[in-house]
Amino acid sequence: MSRYILRRLIAMPFLVLGIVTIAFLITTVTKGDPLTAIVAEQQMSNPEVVAAAKARWGLDRPLPERYMIYLGNLLSGDLGTSFITKRNVGTDILYRLPATLELVFAAMIFGTTLGIVLGVLAAYFRNSLIDHGARLFALFGSSLPVFWSGLGLLFVFSVMLHWLPGPGRVDARLALPPGITGFLTIDSLLAGNLTVFKDALWHLLLPAFVLGWTVSGTISRLVRANMLDVMSREFVLTARAKGASEFRVVIVHALRNTMVPTLTVIGYSFAYLITGAVLTETIFSWPGMGSYAVEAARALDFPAIIGVTIVGGLAFLVTNLITDILYVVANPRVRLS
Amino acid sequence: MRTGAAEKPGEREPLLSIRGLRVGFRKAGSQFEAVRGIDLDVAKGEVVGIVGESGSGKSVGMLAALGLTSKNAVVTGSVRFKGEELVGKPAREMRKIRGARITMIFQDPLSSLNPVMTVGAQIAEAVRLHQRVTRKQAMARAVELLNLVSIPQPERRASQYPHEFSGGMRQRAVIAMAVANDPDLLIADEPTTALDVTVQAQILNVLRSLQERLGLGLVLITHDLGVVAGHADRVAVVYSGRVVEQADVSQLFADPRHPYTRGLIASIPNLEESRDRLFSIDGSPPALGRLPGGCAFHPRCIHAEARCRTEDPPLRDIGGRFSACHFATTLPPFHSAALAAASLETGSLIP
Repeated sequence: MSRYILRRLIAMPFLVLGIVTIAFLITTVTKGDPLTAIVAEQQMSNPEVVAAAKARWGLDRPLPERYMIYLGNLLSGDLGTSFITKRNVGTDILYRLPATLELVFAAMIFGTTLGIVLGVLAAYFRNSLIDHGARLFALFGSSLPVFWSGLGLLFVFSVMLHWLPGPGRVDARLALPPGITGFLTIDSLLAGNLTVFKDALWHLLLPAFVLGWTVSGTISRLVRANMLDVMSREFVLTARAKGASEFRVVIVHALRNTMVPTLTVIGYSFAYLITGAVLTETIFSWPGMGSYAVEAARALDFPAIIGVTIVGGLAFLVTNLITDILYVVANPRVRLS
Repeated sequence: MRTGAAEKPGEREPLLSIRGLRVGFRKAGSQFEAVRGIDLDVAKGEVVGIVGESGSGKSVGMLAALGLTSKNAVVTGSVRFKGEELVGKPAREMRKIRGARITMIFQDPLSSLNPVMTVGAQIAEAVRLHQRVTRKQAMARAVELLNLVSIPQPERRASQYPHEFSGGMRQRAVIAMAVANDPDLLIADEPTTALDVTVQAQILNVLRSLQERLGLGLVLITHDLGVVAGHADRVAVVYSGRVVEQADVSQLFADPRHPYTRGLIASIPNLEESRDRLFSIDGSPPALGRLPGGCAFHPRCIHAEARCRTEDPPLRDIGGRFSACHFATTLPPFHSAALAAASLETGSLIP
């Protein structure tokens, strides 16, 4: 087992190199000219300015050289400077990533719990009202576009009912606690600042629900299908014949046997949301990776685009590794191979 | 107990007594009965074989007796365990009996153990569900039980997963789990069907030695008359959801009093009489919900008369044994070879 994980760890730097290379190459084949992001429109006809800008950003060098420079900088932890913010991309990402992680963690906790509970209930009460209700909820979750459900819920709960705050991560008038984890909810708790904690939590609720809903749809359908399969297996009958309670039969015996495919989806969804929560972040003005990615792409901010791609790729690699390790916990048969 | 064996007091007091057990299923509007009235007694320390084809309702009947049928099943009749009525008993109370006083093991040892729990943990679970012991004590008991069913290196085996066990080992582990709480009655549903022939004998020996040592009542559900002949004290033959014959094992094989039983016995391959072909009963069992009128067996019966088509014979006491045939007492003497030879002429054999 540890050898298996070691092998995966050794492979990781090569995979990262692959991601970096592909991300770098993709930016070079795009038709857009990054100079438009750097040089003001009126100056574009001024060859001196253009040449200076090219030299300043290294765009006058040949591609292999630029690639090698980028790799060299990357090795020392330098992701380059954003064309737009003129700040280091790493700094930008470190500022954005915690916001996204907080949102995605909240969404995943919510979506996974809801998805598993609904999936189990739907399977156990198959073809009942509970089943139909859960399946309808899942269908809406995975098929309603976030820009629709997000805006709708924002309108109802924030604009109409005033139960929840509007977009944003926290009330701008509040003094924020020192950033330790970057998660506002946790940092405020650590600082003992309950006002900020409550405000951050209320802000987090809706976007986390909207994102989690989409995830819960996928998970609940998967769990339902797998539970139906597992519940018909003989070991479930054996557990009942032992005198185990229905709760024990379902949770301890059946559910654990559905965990491998569920873990796959949870891991995948998590990694995807790190950079894929674009619409939710946009609608809820969430200062996260998704909105940063959109801004970068719109402005052809190559260093930022590559930076986001690397972070997204790393997210996939890391979550895949964690998922693989969890497989072993969930299914002892994996341990042999 | 309604058979002749009941007269030995003390040794065979009634343990399980089933009367008129019926199990119906509702499915998509239609309704059918899988079990149409089973009467059966099991005495303390007795081995009762239940024989029948797949789909005859023999397993469903025993599952229903333990309250293990699915939610859409309707169970009526009476199942008394040590005088206590089980049909209609609240689920919570059934759970105290299941796994403790009455246990059941199933056909396929490959799938009757949870693949993601260690074998030891699964046996320990059975212990902890019914006894107030610590995890450690339960685990120690699990190891002891694995030893009881002759699994070598029980300590090591207890921490392994089912996929690390062979089929026969798994069935031993399942048996260990079933006797974890010193039950009074063990119901084994086709315990050897999924195993190799050599392993079958081992498993049956494990079951029998445990049965003798622990004084268990044992119900052996099987479609294999050979298993019954070698291990059961008494046999109930089930056809189409009903017990059609019940007798002591020697009586049943020497002088079967139901045409279906006769057909079953005649179809056992016999080394002493060489036959070119194996005997088989004509036709196939009726589909559930589409039973013929009268005796369910009449379309396949060589003794059937007009009466059999209209009147369903009840299970009658014919002198310390039971048969559900109108002609139970008047059937000609039984010779399995003769029956096979007779049908050879009419061409009702499978090659």
